[in-house]
Amino acid sequence: MIDWIQIISNAAQEIISPTTAAYALAALGLAIHFGFTGLLNFGQAGFMALGAYGFAIATLTFEWPVWAAILFGVVGSIVFALILGIPTLRLRADYLAIVTIAAAEIVRLLFTTNTFVEVTGSANGLQGYKGGFAALNPLLLFTDNESVLWGFGPWVYNPYDWWVRIFGWGLVAIAAFITWRLFKSPWGRVIKGIREDEDAVRALGKNVYFYKMQSLVIGGVFGALAGVIFILPRAVVPSNYQTSLTFFIYAILLLGGAATVFGPIVGSVIFWVLLSFFSGFIARAVEVGWLPFLTNVQAGQLRFILVGVAIMLIVIYRPQGIFGNKKELAFVK
Amino acid sequence: MSSSTGADSAPIKTVGLHVGDPAPGVKKVDPIIVADHIKRSFGGLTAVDVEHLEIPRGAITALIGPNGAGKTTLFNLLTGFDKPDTGEWTFDGQGISGIPAFKVARKGQVRTFQLTKALGLLTVLDNMKLGAKDQSGESLARALFPWFWRKQEAEIEARALDLLTRFKLVEKKDDYAAGLSGGQRKLLEMARALMSQPQLVMLDEPMAGVNPALTQSLLDHILNLKTEGMTVLFVEHDMHMVRHIADWVVVMAEGKVVAEGDPHEVMANPAVIDAYLGSHHDSDLGGLDTGVMTAIKELADDDADEIKH
Repeated sequence: MIDWIQIISNAAQEIISPTTAAYALAALGLAIHFGFTGLLNFGQAGFMALGAYGFAIATLTFEWPVWAAILFGVVGSIVFALILGIPTLRLRADYLAIVTIAAAEIVRLLFTTNTFVEVTGSANGLQGYKGGFAALNPLLLFTDNESVLWGFGPWVYNPYDWWVRIFGWGLVAIAAFITWRLFKSPWGRVIKGIREDEDAVRALGKNVYFYKMQSLVIGGVFGALAGVIFILPRAVVPSNYQTSLTFFIYAILLLGGAATVFGPIVGSVIFWVLLSFFSGFIARAVEVGWLPFLTNVQAGQLRFILVGVAIMLIVIYRPQGIFGNKKELAFVK
Repeated sequence: MSSSTGADSAPIKTVGLHVGDPAPGVKKVDPIIVADHIKRSFGGLTAVDVEHLEIPRGAITALIGPNGAGKTTLFNLLTGFDKPDTGEWTFDGQGISGIPAFKVARKGQVRTFQLTKALGLLTVLDNMKLGAKDQSGESLARALFPWFWRKQEAEIEARALDLLTRFKLVEKKDDYAAGLSGGQRKLLEMARALMSQPQLVMLDEPMAGVNPALTQSLLDHILNLKTEGMTVLFVEHDMHMVRHIADWVVVMAEGKVVAEGDPHEVMANPAVIDAYLGSHHDSDLGGLDTGVMTAIKELADDDADEIKH
């Protein structure tokens, strides 16, 4: 018999998991790029990799404190954004897409290559960088026992796991507030104007190139911070930063609504809950013999197919996303 | 500068703009744009080759010419949207050759486009507010703190609503610009350009695709710009409109300025007829572009009418 309680409880855990927070923050960065500015950034995985590796390398190799290590990753993503933006932002939108997808792969391969194995750990990646972060845990003020379990229902964790969740969702909340403020301001108006027609905005005396660069940097910094959150519950492994990561983030963005602030966050929650639900369901269905034509390995892949179908249905029947404005879409050619 | 009064409905024309006989490149009493040796070629084709051109201040100047004469290219060059091979020009006495489009606009020379560029998924009011210059809330650092720009935003909104009322778009202020008709978008684009309080307004085919019911209102708005002290330069194919509102006409053909003068004189200029009809127009009427032919005939009729009244 299938243990439905277990499947639903696992899915419910994803609602507040740090991975969900990391994807939400990366999708929020992409919302700034794609949804608000119209920049086709296909290299969000590269920004996340820079944040993750920047944090881990600064901690392990340079032995910097946590705040400096995070800052190192952020600065890395800013430099990356400038390198991408300076040659491509003057060109048509599609060039940025090509350059970003290639640059993100270059970043991943540089972290994978054996040449820098001392610093990057090559294909095995890095671990053992969490000590400084764990030591900052304010929850340890309430207990000396690091393995005490707190929580209720499916959400029962030790102090470190709670601290990762509080930190991750705290960053998401701050980023969402900043994004919301920005896009209610005249700055956001210029950015949205650029998405509609950059020549018109140029003719009104705005430095379009400079605004696009600012947008690329802000969204990239959000991506780098997402990379930091992403590695707190796991190790840094280069194969996590493949192009498919960028496409999952695009799926989340379209699910929630591209030009919205809460869309990427809710989209990420739905994406991870669905993914966990399908994988739990299929694995157990194979075990009890409901799907005799599938092996366990095949079942592991099937969840992505089901998530793909679910996302296709949402995009077909609700193309503006969950939070998007239907009216905005009525005029899209 | 003196003005001559026409019939009640006819707009007041500004005259006495030039010094000496009207000829291509004639000197103006008070030019706002002075351009020299502007040349732009695309591959082997020379699109623009203007030796000298002055645009008179405080008047409405029309830039006309057959298709492919280089009017829009000249527009793009003067506004910084394209870079010439050679040439330099000044706006209001300052050299602006080669500076980017957004800086040209900041100096008070604002343009519209042949294919209307209303920002579709912004509301009409946001389109207008975007036009205002020197907004402190447009800087990233200050955008986060509304108290820095809230007061200026209120002023801009008041000005935008005032302009929208004049352009009869105020009931549409919360609609997306994509939902406006073609003519309303032209009006919005013009109103948005005015938000920057420009000295020179450059309109690229303001009448193209405009419903006849809106034509008169658009014409009145252009005439109002002059009344308010702005200079207007526009590209247009509609000869009635050129005749009706232009104080000065510049005719281009094959990239060069072939004639200049007041609208009535220019239409009678053999160089202009050549430009539109080809130099052998009197020998063979068989292959003529009927559209152009009609336009020229209508102008001749207009002239005859005016003389009668």
